[in-house]
Amino acid sequence: MAQGALPEVWVLVAHREGAVRKITYELLGKARELAGEGRVVAILLGGGVEDPDRRFGRRGADQVVLIDDPRLAQYSTEGYAAALAALASEHPPPLLLIGSTAQGRDLAPRLAARLEAAIVTDCQTLAVEQGELVATRPMYTRKAIGTVRLARGRMWIAVVLPAVFPVPAEGDHRAEVRKASLPPEVPIRTRVVETRAIERETVPLTEADVIVSGGRGLRGPENFALLDALARVLEAAVGSSRPPVDSGWVPHDYEIGQTGKTVSPQVYIACGISGAPQHLAGMSGSKFILAINKDPNAPIFQLADLGVVGDLFEILPRLTEAVKKRKVAG
Amino acid sequence: MNIVVCIKQVPDTEAPIRVRSHGGIDETGLNLVMNYYDEHATEAALRLREQFGGTVTVVAAGPERAREALRQALAMGADEATLLRDAALDAADHLQVARALAAFIRPRTADAVICGKLSTDDNAAIVGPALAELLDLPQATAIAKLEVDDGAGRAIVHRELEGAVEVLEVPLPALFTVERSLNEPRYPSLPGIMKAKRKEIAVMDLAALGLSAEDLGTRGATLATLAAPPARTAGVQVNGADPEAAVEAIVSFLGERAKVL
Repeated sequence: MAQGALPEVWVLVAHREGAVRKITYELLGKARELAGEGRVVAILLGGGVEDPDRRFGRRGADQVVLIDDPRLAQYSTEGYAAALAALASEHPPPLLLIGSTAQGRDLAPRLAARLEAAIVTDCQTLAVEQGELVATRPMYTRKAIGTVRLARGRMWIAVVLPAVFPVPAEGDHRAEVRKASLPPEVPIRTRVVETRAIERETVPLTEADVIVSGGRGLRGPENFALLDALARVLEAAVGSSRPPVDSGWVPHDYEIGQTGKTVSPQVYIACGISGAPQHLAGMSGSKFILAINKDPNAPIFQLADLGVVGDLFEILPRLTEAVKKRKVAG
Repeated sequence: MNIVVCIKQVPDTEAPIRVRSHGGIDETGLNLVMNYYDEHATEAALRLREQFGGTVTVVAAGPERAREALRQALAMGADEATLLRDAALDAADHLQVARALAAFIRPRTADAVICGKLSTDDNAAIVGPALAELLDLPQATAIAKLEVDDGAGRAIVHRELEGAVEVLEVPLPALFTVERSLNEPRYPSLPGIMKAKRKEIAVMDLAALGLSAEDLGTRGATLATLAAPPARTAGVQVNGADPEAAVEAIVSFLGERAKVL
């Protein structure tokens, strides 16, 4: 066993309506790294899941533990917490990884309180040092990076930010499937009345490789069409800074920043965004930043890998055409 | 309805954060305010009281200076405020803080417990759901809409998921953590501020909560160090006066450097 490796790491599979979220594979890759030769277990909770996806094995899981129960057909805090608590009390793993999704953030602290596990959220690095789990995480609106250590001798739960760990390449590894069951008496007091899909969001912001984002410089809601057109050819998600949300140009779920979403795509394209600290808090973890702004003194240029001082209304339509041409040319 | 709101005092998010060489942040001259999301939590509680009657109790676990955040909630209109203050809480992790808050809330038989979805200092978002577990309450986190039917003893809430909105029915009593889109927090009125100045803020230590230091459990998580984030430096700047040339530079950046084309 590699030094510091864990004998077993669990990964909670994040899925919605049968679609497995990318973060699941990111976590499997990290789990393999932390487990070394140890065992990586994917925990799949659902209702009507006959045959777990082979991809869990191909991305590194040794075992898939499946609890297939109608009470888990929809996510509920109490149903999921009961399922994981039952598995963990039978056989507590040293570490459980949960993706930082709306559901993961809802579930993990409750589960930690139930299991008296040590918990850390928003992790962007994870390592085992001297028997402790060491995680780094952005704090103070990304103005500081904290290093949190989880005590030895406890079960650990780490909630991991999406798009910080790479998806491992598919191998020919196969995972054995173990079926488990949900205890008979589980109070699930909440009821999902409905889930309304937000149609326009093709790629969720938090999972997108490329994000095209607009700010006050777009001048009005109708000009977000310029971003939509570019996003289509780049297969990107569209976001915004806070002013367009506050002005009612775009819905709240577009917002990236302190009071909105935190994203870390491969490329962040900031259009007409000045770069207020509140916005930088949500996107400064992006791998590459491209900024288009007509004000050469806009703070966004201080962190842009490529800064274009110019008129976005002139540049964006031409850029969309150029990308389209390049894609066709292959 | 009796509602308990949990609040925290944090640095103003607009303020620059200076990391001290020996850990922690330099609080000299730092503007400390009520956590932004907790203002929305307080507002939600006040609206429920206006709708159904009852009391709004605000509670914070923290140092002496956290009184100011409680004072702000009183000025907004909260009825009572309590500061949980104990040396054992100074280095507590989130689960330990949740245990102290749970001990405060449990005897008060609240119809709803409301927290911000996270606090903007450590961004952890742990205390709310942990508190729901400790109080054995159903929970709904990061809610963007809240409608309470007091007679039926339930709430309908909206939660924003990735690419969807979940409409959830939650029986009361329950714990909610709130998004900023839930409401627009009111500004304290001048009479409200004057009234809040005269109100007493109760202080309770662990003994007053009926807890021993052991009851908080052992600390599982420790913030070992805090560092300034890696500096991002400005890269290449191009003049976009010629849009064709700018587009050429962007396409080559996207293709050759960022490798997304």
